[in-house]
Amino acid sequence: MSLTLAHFLALGGILFSLSVAGIFLNRKNIIILLMAIELMLLAVNMNFVAFSRFHGHLEGQVFVFFILTVAAAEAAIGLAILMVLFRNRNSINVEDMDELKG
Amino acid sequence: MNTDLHIILLAIPLLPLFGAVLAGLFGRQIGRAGAHWITILAVAGSLLLSLYVFKLIVFDAMPAINTSIYTWAVTGGLKFEIGFLIDSLTVVMMTVVTFVSLMVHIYTIGYMHDDPGYQRFFSYIALFTFAMLMLVMSNNFLQLFFGWEAVGLVSYLLIGFWFKKESAIFANLKAFLVNRVGDFGFLLGIAAIVVSFGSLDYAEVFAVAPTAVDQTISVFPGVEWALLTFVCICLFIGAMGKSAQAPLHVWLPDSMEGPTPISALIHAATMVTAGIFMVARMSPLFELSEVALSFVLVIGAITALFMGLIGLVQNDIKRVIAYSTLSQLGYMTVALGASAYSAAIFHLMTHAFFKALLFLGAGSVIIALHHRQDMREMGGLRRVLPITFVTAWLGSLALMGVPLFSGFYSKDIIIEAVHLANRPGAGFAYWCVLLGVVVTAMYSLRLLFLTFHGEPRMEQSVREHAHEPGWVVTVPLILLAIPSVFIGYFSIEPMLFGGFFGDAIHVAAGNDVLAEIGSHFHGPLAMAVHALVTPVFWLVVLGSALAVAIWFWKPQLAVWCRQRFSPLVHVLDRKYWFDEIYQAMFARGSARLGNGLWRYGDIAVIDNLMVNGSATLVGWCAGLLRYLQSGYLYHYAFAMIVGLIMIIFTYIILA
Amino acid sequence: MTAIELVFYLFSTVLTLSALAVITVRNAVYAALFLVLAFFSSAAIWMLLEVEFLAITLVLVYVGAVMVLFLFVVMMLDMNSERVREGFARYLPVGILVALIMAGELMFVIWTKGAEKLPLPPGQSDAGANTALLGERLYTAYLYPFEIAAVILLVGIVAAIALTHTGRNPNTRYQDPSRQVSTRREDRVRIVSMPGAGSKSAEERS
Repeated sequence: MSLTLAHFLALGGILFSLSVAGIFLNRKNIIILLMAIELMLLAVNMNFVAFSRFHGHLEGQVFVFFILTVAAAEAAIGLAILMVLFRNRNSINVEDMDELKG
Repeated sequence: MNTDLHIILLAIPLLPLFGAVLAGLFGRQIGRAGAHWITILAVAGSLLLSLYVFKLIVFDAMPAINTSIYTWAVTGGLKFEIGFLIDSLTVVMMTVVTFVSLMVHIYTIGYMHDDPGYQRFFSYIALFTFAMLMLVMSNNFLQLFFGWEAVGLVSYLLIGFWFKKESAIFANLKAFLVNRVGDFGFLLGIAAIVVSFGSLDYAEVFAVAPTAVDQTISVFPGVEWALLTFVCICLFIGAMGKSAQAPLHVWLPDSMEGPTPISALIHAATMVTAGIFMVARMSPLFELSEVALSFVLVIGAITALFMGLIGLVQNDIKRVIAYSTLSQLGYMTVALGASAYSAAIFHLMTHAFFKALLFLGAGSVIIALHHRQDMREMGGLRRVLPITFVTAWLGSLALMGVPLFSGFYSKDIIIEAVHLANRPGAGFAYWCVLLGVVVTAMYSLRLLFLTFHGEPRMEQSVREHAHEPGWVVTVPLILLAIPSVFIGYFSIEPMLFGGFFGDAIHVAAGNDVLAEIGSHFHGPLAMAVHALVTPVFWLVVLGSALAVAIWFWKPQLAVWCRQRFSPLVHVLDRKYWFDEIYQAMFARGSARLGNGLWRYGDIAVIDNLMVNGSATLVGWCAGLLRYLQSGYLYHYAFAMIVGLIMIIFTYIILA
Repeated sequence: MTAIELVFYLFSTVLTLSALAVITVRNAVYAALFLVLAFFSSAAIWMLLEVEFLAITLVLVYVGAVMVLFLFVVMMLDMNSERVREGFARYLPVGILVALIMAGELMFVIWTKGAEKLPLPPGQSDAGANTALLGERLYTAYLYPFEIAAVILLVGIVAAIALTHTGRNPNTRYQDPSRQVSTRREDRVRIVSMPGAGSKSAEERS
């Protein structure tokens, strides 16, 4: 059985599901949450790359390129916010962050 | 129609209006003398022009003038106009109104001499003259209603003229509210006319009214009423308010809180007769409804007798005259109900003179006693106020209906007309007016005896200062006394039996009781002689004898009567509890209703249910929704993931 | 099983296990390191798919920059690992359930759409062709989005600095060039008259 598109898509799906589970399990740890989001992006990228390769279109890779760019910016800003948060509240526990409670 | 006459007709109401505006708005600039000169000249001009028109209509036999001079608005085929209908009925009213008004203007100079609101007072009475002239000269219902409400407004202002006096404020509010009840009926009547006949013009309405005899109107669903009966009764309810017929009479005695000239002008001679005039004017409508005429007859009879009875126990000199006015208005209404419209107008005219005279005489007494009105503190004034004394006697004799005096002719004709009338209620009405004669004689003489005869009962200081007021007071008294005595003698024949009113008053063929009386009429002198053998005269004598016995001859008899008939006296003293009943039912009832509406309508429904309720509902919904809005990151993440699962799921299903 | 498949399965296993480790390990530092491993593995799989440029970028950008940043932050912050892991066991069933549902749905879609029938197309003979093609595409058709991406990165830099910058520490010693330049003679030199003989008076003066 040779490699097909399904192999790669399944790999992406498993990665995505794992990161969803990660968001559930690490609901208190905001750093791991950010990591789970990075994993999700990776799963999506995996799909894009696979489609691009199997269909012979370069656009998928261009898209991955932009996702990487945005993900890098997001990680930088997210971590910066995290720093400010910790500086102000001495905690990064998600439980403590409920100012938006209605 | 020539333009000169138009200008004259316009000038008659507008002159007093001009005077009212000048005296009212520029009172300070023109000063006290300026205010009374301007208004008196304006009203005098009005009187002269009215007399000129009177001459044209009555002596030159000019045909009735019916003209519209200004169209205010036209909507849906309905014209709102200002116009004049000048016929014999109108000119009588115009002359009476302007004459009495002029007398009162002159008299007011003396009566209100020291009042700070001098200019305001002249402005009001001139304004009243304007409103009343608009009312009587109107040729359509809209202008009639305008005049109707305008006299009501001025009446309100004048009753409350001394607005710092609490009882005056109460009285003018009461007058206004009671008149609202009547006006509501009046307005309904006009509305029914507009709906049914599609016009506000008298002539047009009268022309089509006979065709509507069999029509019905459904005011409440499922209830059919004869259209004309409904219209007439509604209009008459308006007249009941304005002419103070029972049970809407309660405002008139209280209106005596106003200055005395007002009592004479408005609440005796002119405004209160507006209802009588209106019914006479609407005679083509009323003649078509037997039921409405019976209603008028009975209401008038009740008022004539029972209000006179109250006059027997009143102690305030003006209130006695006020109840006398109520009673006499009842007589006029009875005449209307008996289809003797001319007799009603005739009595209206004679009554205007002698009742104005009596009120002004009472005012003269009040001035002399420095604004004391209680008859128990009077007595023996005949030497102090000779002119007032004589004129008051003349006015009272006219009121009692002593033969040859004006009141005799008008009142006897009414009684005779009721006697001959044969509609339901006429028998009852006949007995009421007959007994009313006794009562009239009694309260009139009681007033005279208590005021002018007997021992002086006032304080020493007051008696020493009492003196006859100046010529401005006595001249109107004398001028009013002359017609009070003679006008009946001279005008009864032309006015009632000479076809004087012509087409102005319409009487159906079977109802014309006056024509029947006229067939036995042999001149005023013969009528006076003949009166000696009628029961009416002997009833006057009986009443006079009782009055002399009780209040003149043996004053202790009055005390005895009071004790002997104390339940009856108590009933009269409380005025049949009308005030208390109204107070409890309407005043307190509506206060309670308003309170209830406020508490349950405003606070409970609007404030709590609608306003706060919607806010609470939103808050409650938001309270439910805020459980979704926990503020925790993982809840939002969870929501997003669940949403994602759902989206994929629907994609699978749809694919 | 060909070598390619062997490589694929090897790296997918490592990727899956490291991803599992990222979400389950207790220590955030380990999680970051496992994430690095996951990125490495996926970079290898991308290599397999002949997406060389992106694979290398992934390693450079993520492993070299982002993950270092993560480690940096993790070490700077005081992580109370006990508190942070509260509720882990409680939410484990839910997490597994959600993950299984999601995975099941995704697999269902993949297999019903016939993705397994699409074989790997033959690769290109020219090594480095991918980078050239991607570059060409980026700098022609996607030039405008490319520039926007650059601006986004710039904004990211500025935002990160603006967020974390706390202002100057008052204890920091620094120079003020404008004050240095605008200095005058009186600020620097004090003329003191020194009497040559009267040493006594000089002592008084001092």
